Amino acid sequence: MNLSVKDLSCQRGERLLFEHVSFQLEPHQWCHVTGENGAGKTSLLRLCAGLSSPLSGSISWGGVNIPDDLDGFHKDLLYLGHASGLKEELTPLENLTLMSQIDGQPATEDAILSVLSFWGLAGREDLPVRVLSAGQRRRVLLSRLLLKSCPLWILDEPFNALDKKAINTLYDLLNNHVSQGGLLLVTSHQPMEMAEGIVLSL
Amino acid sequence: MNLFSTIYCMARRDLTLALRHKTEILTALFFFVIVVNLLPLGVGPDPKLLSKIAPGVVWIGALLATLLGLPRLFAHDYQDGTLEQLSLSPRSFTLIVLGKIMAHWIVAGLPVVLITPLLGIQFNLSGPIIGVLMLTLVLGTPVLSLIGAIGAALTLGVRGGGVLLSLLILPLYIPVLIFGAGAAEAYRAGLDMTGYLWLLAALDLLALFFAPWVSAIALKVALE
Repeated sequence: MNLSVKDLSCQRGERLLFEHVSFQLEPHQWCHVTGENGAGKTSLLRLCAGLSSPLSGSISWGGVNIPDDLDGFHKDLLYLGHASGLKEELTPLENLTLMSQIDGQPATEDAILSVLSFWGLAGREDLPVRVLSAGQRRRVLLSRLLLKSCPLWILDEPFNALDKKAINTLYDLLNNHVSQGGLLLVTSHQPMEMAEGIVLSL
Repeated sequence: MNLFSTIYCMARRDLTLALRHKTEILTALFFFVIVVNLLPLGVGPDPKLLSKIAPGVVWIGALLATLLGLPRLFAHDYQDGTLEQLSLSPRSFTLIVLGKIMAHWIVAGLPVVLITPLLGIQFNLSGPIIGVLMLTLVLGTPVLSLIGAIGAALTLGVRGGGVLLSLLILPLYIPVLIFGAGAAEAYRAGLDMTGYLWLLAALDLLALFFAPWVSAIALKVALE
């Protein structure tokens, strides 16, 4: 399976964010999308996730145009965006249980507790998300990387609010994913400490 | 995960959230009771008049109480990014939306049905008429939630969306109001009311088929 982006242009309101963007991502490859604030990094990631439509150009997954088989594409995709994607009144355990069910890969309570413990959140599983710090919320969200098994990860600023230890943990996960044949499309304002990948500057 | 478990899983989540925000349930219920109780203060205490207008008053109260929570149906999920995540699910987004609408009915519609006997007694309604009124509410309030979801989806993220939602949805509630209140009135007059009930049931099916689907499309547009 590969992700192929051809001649993509994106407009938001009256403003043309970028045009004629093309790249191809194969298994074992990762792409770092860089650019100034407002350059269209998030818009590009949302386009690649099938969340919005481009002005022109096409995006295909495994040779199939994404809009032609959106549900099939979403089975293979994990997209973590800017927003927390967590319900503040629910606990991390409840949030992750629901998301794993919605992702079509229901996780057991033990599996979720083990993942939360991996992220240093043992003992916080039954607290409402609203009482957690920004970094802890981010770690709850990133727990989905270990709960959904899929080849394509699209991550928008995944290092935000993380401490040094969590950043290293995340690098390990990203490297592991790519080395096992996964594909990674990521935006980050900090230099990526990973093996050589594609750099796309907007 | 099959069809029903997708609906169940979403409805359960929204009900859990509603139970942790009990004020939302209580606000809709108190609003309903207050609206229904305001009318006697305006038209006077004549028991005959009150029992005559009661079904219509209860229906208007139910309609406004349902409308009260609609702007929040998708807004919270939109703001915290969970709606975006739900739209990325390989599961049917239409069924996810249906689960949310069901939860909305349980929170906003069902309490209205359950408290109606008390208000019926207050309006001097006989037991059988209260029964008929409850039956029309059971059939009609889901339509209010279903049609309301379309409006909530269409106005998601729009500034002043609450007012726009009311303007958009209230005219569509008119048939439900006519058939709902009409059934109780027909029963009181000794006429056959089954036609009204069948029409409400038909509206239920029609709305159940179209509303989640249209709402899901509108939500995807809002997420773009």
